[in-house]
Amino acid sequence: MSAKSLFEKVWDRHIVVPETADTPAILYIDLHLVHEVTSPQAFSLLRDAGLRVRRPDLTLSTMDHSTPTIPVGSLKELKVVSEPAAFQQILQMERNCEDFGLELRGMDSDERGIVHVIGPELGATQPGKTIVCGDSHTSTHGALGALAFGIGTTEVAHVLATQCLLQRKPRTFAVNLRGRLPTGVTAKDIILAIIGRIGVDGGTGHAIEYRGSAVASLSIEERMTICNMAIEGGARTGMFAPDDATYEYLAGRPLSPQGADWDEALSRWRELPSDDGARFDKEVSIDVSSLRPMVTFGTNPGMVIPVDDVIPSPAGSDPGFAKALDYMALEPGRPLAGTPVDVVFIGSCTNSRLSDLKAAAGVIAGRQVADGVQMLVVPGSAKVKREAEAEGLPEVFEAAGAEWREPGCSMCLAMNGDYVPAGKLAVSTSNRNFEGRQGKGARTVLASPLTAAASAISGRISDPRPLVG
Amino acid sequence: MEPITEIRSRTAVLPLEDIDTDQIIPARFLRTTVREGLGENLFADWRYDSNGEKNTDFVLNRPEARGARILVAGRNFGCGSSREHAPWALLDHGFQAVISTEIADIFRNNSLKNGFLPVVADADIHGWLLANPGVELTLNVESRSLSLPDGRVTEFPLESFSRYCLLNGVDQLGFLLNHAGEISRFEKRAGA
Repeated sequence: MSAKSLFEKVWDRHIVVPETADTPAILYIDLHLVHEVTSPQAFSLLRDAGLRVRRPDLTLSTMDHSTPTIPVGSLKELKVVSEPAAFQQILQMERNCEDFGLELRGMDSDERGIVHVIGPELGATQPGKTIVCGDSHTSTHGALGALAFGIGTTEVAHVLATQCLLQRKPRTFAVNLRGRLPTGVTAKDIILAIIGRIGVDGGTGHAIEYRGSAVASLSIEERMTICNMAIEGGARTGMFAPDDATYEYLAGRPLSPQGADWDEALSRWRELPSDDGARFDKEVSIDVSSLRPMVTFGTNPGMVIPVDDVIPSPAGSDPGFAKALDYMALEPGRPLAGTPVDVVFIGSCTNSRLSDLKAAAGVIAGRQVADGVQMLVVPGSAKVKREAEAEGLPEVFEAAGAEWREPGCSMCLAMNGDYVPAGKLAVSTSNRNFEGRQGKGARTVLASPLTAAASAISGRISDPRPLVG
Repeated sequence: MEPITEIRSRTAVLPLEDIDTDQIIPARFLRTTVREGLGENLFADWRYDSNGEKNTDFVLNRPEARGARILVAGRNFGCGSSREHAPWALLDHGFQAVISTEIADIFRNNSLKNGFLPVVADADIHGWLLANPGVELTLNVESRSLSLPDGRVTEFPLESFSRYCLLNGVDQLGFLLNHAGEISRFEKRAGA
């Protein structure tokens, strides 16, 4: 039998009906994550067709995108702080889950949070599973060796009704990482450097496997940050092979296998890593030892440079490049570091886990957020929030003048009332610096939690390395 | 879904590359629980200024773009967020197809499930279309062909199952539901 990659093994084990020239494969889905923004029209489709949810037990529902991050104690308060449309969406999600018999990690649940934070922390995300969600950052779950990808709302309906999807097999893409990260350089800088290298469409039609000697030294939360942004390089998904760090992460989580089931799962998971000699359709290699903190300067995540470089000039006559710099009010040939900052956002499914908040707090501790800078810290889940509170992180942030909020997607996509005002510049640990992403007219610089925290203190885009290590 | 065999229309041209779905329909308009009505806010931040007035420079606000049902856009159209609101907004505005040299994966999938035709053209044809906005084109789903007004005809890739579904107005959920037996057998076998 020929050598298979991690992706091919997981794919092959989930084929209900193989693909032919005329029809795509029917792929079985082990875990369906559902949130309030991309599901209402799917539930309507089921309702209109008189269908039920086939596997409520394989469906994990929460609310994260439209939910406020200021504390609300009651439905009445929720109505007051939410935009009417967002409030309706939250109520509709509650109704849909009730009507279709789905357990909802709702506003009052101590397990609520960003869907890509709670899946792994509950132990629902496991190696070898197929995982989908009406959300392009579903690739996050690939950090644990799952095949996880984003789908549209019609496909959400397909999975709700049949637990399956119609799929053509993507090609494979090996991203080889070697070396060891220097102090002050993070997983976020790795993925930004990868996207800078391959471009925002370099992964189109492909499933990425991150592999190589640098992988063993990356924590599971760091791997999540790297998988999270696979879509920003155009890829369908990103995955890491499971290893001892994966098993250690999963052991004892509420939805992880227990007892004899754990041992059985472990023996299955150990077979998942790519075989020696597995072939990939595309490959790229990066020495992470040579990386510097990365910051974006334009309006897509591929427009990215090391924080101590100058803003490049366009290679050809790309009208998009000039438009992006015009939008960002930046000039080619000038350093990006030193640019005044108005807002700093620590959060999102990319960088809102405990290790991210601790990294930012380590820089902030004993210092003050610069005058005129708003800094918002939004934990990824209720559990992350509790753990951060147990470690005294809110006090560190608040003493510095930052705001400590309730969990959710928040300012990453500005649907819930948290937004960057027009013309203001935000250094953000989120994943997209598209025009208007964080609010109409908002200018976004993507960076790591360390770079964001260092920039909050100086009030200017700053290299975090002098402040760490 | 209505069957589609042919789309014949003038083009509207948006030459920018990497147009993401946040531009097609900004996130603040996703606070809806229905599919309808999104066309009004298609490309909202480019179409309207900060006072909500129409931006007269923007191509979709110009008289020559009125009634165009084929959008020609730069490379890598529809990247970013998986929001199906993007093809819903394009359709609601009146577009039925987009032509680019590359179309992002999730956007393409979402489009095909809604009867919105994503067409990948080669660089020569695409370059000509960018340089000649407003020309009348024919896109034929049956023959997978794009016909230019000067008589040139070129084929575009369209996966056979998607083509079948477009031509016959087939709902893919029905196809999946017809395999319920196989799905049950898989679940039994896999212990799912």
